[in-house]
Amino acid sequence: MSGLIENNGLLLGWLLVIGQILLFTIVLLLSLAFLLLMDRKVWAGVMMRKGPNVVGPFGLFQSFADFGKFLLKEIIIPAGANKTVFLLAPILSLTLAFGAWAAIPVAPGWVVADLNVGILYLFAVSSLGVYGIIMGGWASNSKYPFLGSLRSAAQMVSYEVSIGLIIVTVILLAGSMNLSDIVNNQQGGFWTWHLFSFNHVLMFPIMVVMFVMFYISALAETNRPPFDLPEAESELVAGYQVEYSSTPYLLFMIGEYLNIVLMCAMMAILFLGGWHGPVALGSEFVGLFPAWIVNLGHLAWFMAKVVFIFFLFALTKAVVPRYRYDQLMRLGWKIFLPTALVCVVLVGGYVVYAGVQS
Amino acid sequence: MELIAFYIFSVIVTVSAVAVIVARNPVHSVLWLILSFFTAAGMLVLIGAEFLAMLLVVVYVGAVAVLFLFVVMMLDVDFVELKQGSLKYWPFAVLVGIAFIAEITLAGLSREMGQNELFNPMPGAATNAEAIGAVLYTQYFLLFQLAGIILLIAMIGAIVLTLRYRPDIQRQDIAGQTARRRADATEAVSVEPNKGI
Repeated sequence: MSGLIENNGLLLGWLLVIGQILLFTIVLLLSLAFLLLMDRKVWAGVMMRKGPNVVGPFGLFQSFADFGKFLLKEIIIPAGANKTVFLLAPILSLTLAFGAWAAIPVAPGWVVADLNVGILYLFAVSSLGVYGIIMGGWASNSKYPFLGSLRSAAQMVSYEVSIGLIIVTVILLAGSMNLSDIVNNQQGGFWTWHLFSFNHVLMFPIMVVMFVMFYISALAETNRPPFDLPEAESELVAGYQVEYSSTPYLLFMIGEYLNIVLMCAMMAILFLGGWHGPVALGSEFVGLFPAWIVNLGHLAWFMAKVVFIFFLFALTKAVVPRYRYDQLMRLGWKIFLPTALVCVVLVGGYVVYAGVQS
Repeated sequence: MELIAFYIFSVIVTVSAVAVIVARNPVHSVLWLILSFFTAAGMLVLIGAEFLAMLLVVVYVGAVAVLFLFVVMMLDVDFVELKQGSLKYWPFAVLVGIAFIAEITLAGLSREMGQNELFNPMPGAATNAEAIGAVLYTQYFLLFQLAGIILLIAMIGAIVLTLRYRPDIQRQDIAGQTARRRADATEAVSVEPNKGI
């Protein structure tokens, strides 16, 4: 992206940058509408229901109908609420969720900001997501939201620790914190993906464990069932979202789902080879097509992986019962943290003694 | 361009830092503090220290400040009452402030900012994560280890302080619970009519 301004002059460069961001945002929002529908359809399918099927063919436009409904309803602000913080919380939630996507590379070179510390940036921004929830719960000045936000604060801080350590193992294997470098380190077919890492065959069992732990931690980090304690319906009605209605609620929900899809994208990039297909095509064959068509193919692989992991998320929501809070904390601190620490040491030792990097 | 960004960031940092002190509501104070941390991270990005900036966000904004907020939100203290006597601390505050400004000015005057090698990325290192790593694990290796040990001791201390054995509460034995089988808890009895067990 930084090249755009230097190569095209100040004005055109800036316009191109803004256009890029807008295009990315719109595509993201549109995909999100259908992912939301998919979430509900999968959930319904597990329960042998039909799910949304009225608006449009197969209910395809359900999310857009919901969107219109959310926008047209009245915004209700509780009398005792702290108005500024109450309205700031969902905006912050949404902004941070969108901001994180800037660093996600969807195809070779197709990334809004190719940061050197990309993975750290993602980690940092996703760790800020908790503020939207805490602020929303506190500003509502009501008991259920407050309890929800307290739970969420403790839960997200706990699982960040294990997510951070799991990311360290991937950084060690890839030898870089740049997301594009991490993806390119997995080039060459599904056996070199970090999940399998058959090229470092000793690492195979460790990376599989890391992937499973990342998946579970991502569920906890995004407050998805079975770890949806901040909004546990049976205990807290809707947790931190109780007092929210209309557009602010919509912003919270979009932010939440953007974070979930972000976690799916992170898993695809860190473990499943990002934009690389499961089998490497010969360069003679790829050379037949113009670069943008090849990139579209890469984009399709990336999206397929993200959608697959999102499907797993949706399935988990449908089949696993909710954890109890002390069990959640025990899992995070007593099982995931020590395991991840040991794995960091093992991977670090392997990288040093097997001479993976120069 | 960078200069404009620098001035915007420094105004935000200063204003939010002042607001931390001025805000009446302690939760608002913490929120302002978070804003100033975050903007400081932005300034670190401006001087090219993006690794440090991300660490600042991850550690201070993402974890430490969340715990601040957590504690302040749960405290039920009447802060108006608490602030009533605060006027008599003003002389100390002014003294500390003057000392602080004097020190920074002295440091700034004695070495010209930006000319100092500490402010420039290491020549030859590709990224500043590599540059920091190269210094941290060679030149400052012992200090780094020492800092780690101090943190470990602090952590153990905190655990020891809160860990006390209480015989009057029920504890869960998770391994025992999951290892339970049907035979441990139930028993199949064939009950004859009119007899009971």
